Amino acid sequence: MPSQANLGRQATAAPFAIELRGISKAFGPVQANRDINIAVPKGTIHGIIGENGAGKSTLMSILYGFYKADAGTILVGGVETAIPDSQSAIRAGIGMVFQHFKLVQNFTVLENIILGAEDGPWLGTSLARARRALADLSREYDLDVNPDAVVEDLSVGHQQRVEILKALYRQADILILDEPTGVLTPEEADHLFRILRGLRDQGKTVILITHKLREIMETTDNVSVMRRGTMVGTVKTAETNPEELAELMVGRKVLLQVDKDPANPGREVLRVENLRVMTEGVERLKGVSFSIRAGEIVGIAGVAGNGQSELLEALGGIAEATGRIVMNGVDLPLKGLNGQSRREAGIAHVPEDRQVLGLIMDFAAWENVGFGYQNDPKYQSGLFMNNGALRADTEAKMARFDVRPPIPTLAAKNFSGGNQQKIVVAREIERNPDLLLIGQPTRGVDIGAIEFIHKEIVALRDAGKAVLLVSVELDEIRSLSDRVLVMFDGQIMGERPPQTDERELGLLMAGMTETTA
Amino acid sequence: MTKLPRWADVVLVPLICLLIAFVFCGLLIAAIGQNPWVALTSMIQGSLGTQSGWGYTLFYATNFLLTGLGVSIAFHASLFNIGGEGQATLGGLGVAVACLFIPWPHWSLALLGSITLSALFGALWALIPAWLQAKRGSHIVITTMMFNFIAYALISYLLVNVLRPEGAMDPATARFDKAFNLPKLADIFGVMGIPFSKAPPANIMLFVALALAVATWALLWHTRLGYAIRAFGKQEKAAVYAGISPVRITLYALLLSGGISGLMAVNAVQGGAHRLVMNSVEGAGFIGIAVALMGRNHPFGIVLASLLFGFLFQGGAQLAMASDPVTGEQLKIPREVITVLQALVILFTGALPYMVQRPLEKLFARGGR
Ligand SMILES: Nc1ncnc2c1ncn2[C@@H]1O[C@H](COP(=O)(O)OP(=O)(O)OP(=O)(O)O)[C@@H](O)[C@H]1O
Ligand SMILES: [Mg+2]
Repeated sequence: MPSQANLGRQATAAPFAIELRGISKAFGPVQANRDINIAVPKGTIHGIIGENGAGKSTLMSILYGFYKADAGTILVGGVETAIPDSQSAIRAGIGMVFQHFKLVQNFTVLENIILGAEDGPWLGTSLARARRALADLSREYDLDVNPDAVVEDLSVGHQQRVEILKALYRQADILILDEPTGVLTPEEADHLFRILRGLRDQGKTVILITHKLREIMETTDNVSVMRRGTMVGTVKTAETNPEELAELMVGRKVLLQVDKDPANPGREVLRVENLRVMTEGVERLKGVSFSIRAGEIVGIAGVAGNGQSELLEALGGIAEATGRIVMNGVDLPLKGLNGQSRREAGIAHVPEDRQVLGLIMDFAAWENVGFGYQNDPKYQSGLFMNNGALRADTEAKMARFDVRPPIPTLAAKNFSGGNQQKIVVAREIERNPDLLLIGQPTRGVDIGAIEFIHKEIVALRDAGKAVLLVSVELDEIRSLSDRVLVMFDGQIMGERPPQTDERELGLLMAGMTETTA
Repeated sequence: MTKLPRWADVVLVPLICLLIAFVFCGLLIAAIGQNPWVALTSMIQGSLGTQSGWGYTLFYATNFLLTGLGVSIAFHASLFNIGGEGQATLGGLGVAVACLFIPWPHWSLALLGSITLSALFGALWALIPAWLQAKRGSHIVITTMMFNFIAYALISYLLVNVLRPEGAMDPATARFDKAFNLPKLADIFGVMGIPFSKAPPANIMLFVALALAVATWALLWHTRLGYAIRAFGKQEKAAVYAGISPVRITLYALLLSGGISGLMAVNAVQGGAHRLVMNSVEGAGFIGIAVALMGRNHPFGIVLASLLFGFLFQGGAQLAMASDPVTGEQLKIPREVITVLQALVILFTGALPYMVQRPLEKLFARGGR
């Protein structure tokens, strides 16, 4: 166990890489950070966990110079350091990997790496120097990226490695990663953690924010827990367990397992026949057929990018398709864009990417609560929209789904990631749809909220509704679904009961059936 | 994402931009050997110092308010309609048709008729670029600009070959029936017993335009269509998810945009010139872009910005004729310089607010809150 091995190291590593003292930060009425103290020993991986909106990202943004703290001091390597902007953070040896990468898509890896760190006006020398440095770094940390690849051709996992390389190239000694695994496949995540451990062993310090307790347990040396803007405490990872951490985070016992009765499926709600989707001349969905009955949750397991997104989009009426979609016995249109008529047919859709599809980030929360349902008579009064009704509805939803802060006028972009997700889930589930399409329902969501969202999905099922669940989290699929379909390369490889062991599902997800395996 | 408090973003930034523009204008005037202070006071005197000056300022402001509103609606859908000029030109044709060929019994009906036709013509002129954008992806900036040229050519042809009265020398229509003249501010204020100068062409369209500003606000923030337009403008993909049709919103937004820009002709042609001439729009379509930018695409801001540009227009015109109050000598400021002044203000207020935003953000961050 890596954590065992590191206990000794902590004791000797006297000066802290980072020490924050009394940090406070408010956004108007929202106290995002309140008198935060934290010390991160040099050469360790330090986890930070906490509920959605606890203030983790805010704290890291202060450390990286994006926000100015209202109060408090920052010590880097034992020296008090002012960090008014991100250049200063970089100079102090702090690097940050954002969840939404800040890479220039049509530049090569090398060009991205030197961007902003060029030696002079003549790019040739910078590029040559960077190429050498990059080769060293890649070898040293098992980063394995082709310097001449164009970024847009890289997988998400590789793009993330470019971000890490970028920070290392700028001589970062302290690397901050904010929810780095939300968008990664399990393999990519494993690779990332190998890299992080390698960095630690070379004496670098890593700060890792995540909602996945398993990642915390497997990779960190210490873990700090935040709750509602305050620091609850820091514990040695080796001396704690997920249940205790969950309780520290949420302040009550959390059910880490889904608690549900066997399904009681009724009539067929959705039938899909030979569904095909082409995007940019490539067939992404290659003739998929299945059906979902009332009162069951069907999970789609698969590595990201094997047609699950296209399936959701075709069903949700936002991608054109061929084949058949039969909902409650009626054929649905497949040509053109049909988001509105899908809703009328009783389909609700929680899209995989809330920031790109599910929300208008600049709109207030209350405007987003009407998003997709802007034609609902409930939100109209005569010629005009009944904004009052929308606001009232938003307040009710925020209360029921514990959205924080419960301020309907706050823009969606100013909510923390998990709270954004709660807004979308609240909006869609409360329509009480016949069929709920739900993609990555708990991406970036804290364990308390995961428990809540899972309960809501099960409750919908128990009320006799059909649910199609798409998730790259195999655990989530297995614990929530009543039946599991495995997708690979735009096709369904087979159906399995949710108890099927992970290895067998894993093989199917890699495109291997029993005969070929 | 701007980190400025809202008031600073909305009030301080435009004011600072304006100030910078004025400083540059002052330098320019000083550079040609004139006294900037005298120039500024004579601009203010000429546009705001007399009733007649106010009347002209409001007349120009009405033009800019309408084209500005038109541009802003398209902006909210993330569509950059730079065809306001052409749409207003076609609006002028609509006004001419309404006023030349239909024997209205009363000015109010003539007004309704010309409003309908000018909006219709303006909207149709935007429809083709809109359709090309929505269906074929031809970029709206290119197509609307081309349609400005086509509009100009079309109007020249019609004025020279079709609408010009027999024997007339200049390419213009006949004068409209006097009975169709719109009530001027003097008439309107007269009813209330307030005397006002009869000279300036400012007319009832001022109030129509103000009502339209309110209507635009209500449309954008209180109707389904406005909601859809704004959602589409912010995140097109998300709008599709919400069942909002990109094609339909592109068409609606540009029809509204073109229609409102077309209305500008009612003020300029029926209210001002009383006949359709070449270049009846006089750049108001382009100034509408600056007005919309400066007004932050909010109808209230656009009202203020159009007043500013009204002032610049009228003040600029006065500047060309102004004389030094002390020596009595004619100021020698060529017309071209006045155009440059207006361009500077457009440049600084419309296109460069980001230049001001950044340093201001730093200032605010340093000062804390
Ligand atoms: N720019 C902003 N304006 C207003 N409120 C903000 C802003 N940024 C963050 N907040 C608020 O500050 C609080 C802390 O947000 P933060 O993003 O730090 O949470 P988090 O712990 O990272 O949550 P998550 O796990 O969901 O990402 C939240 O209540 C959030 O709504
Ligand atoms: Mg966060």
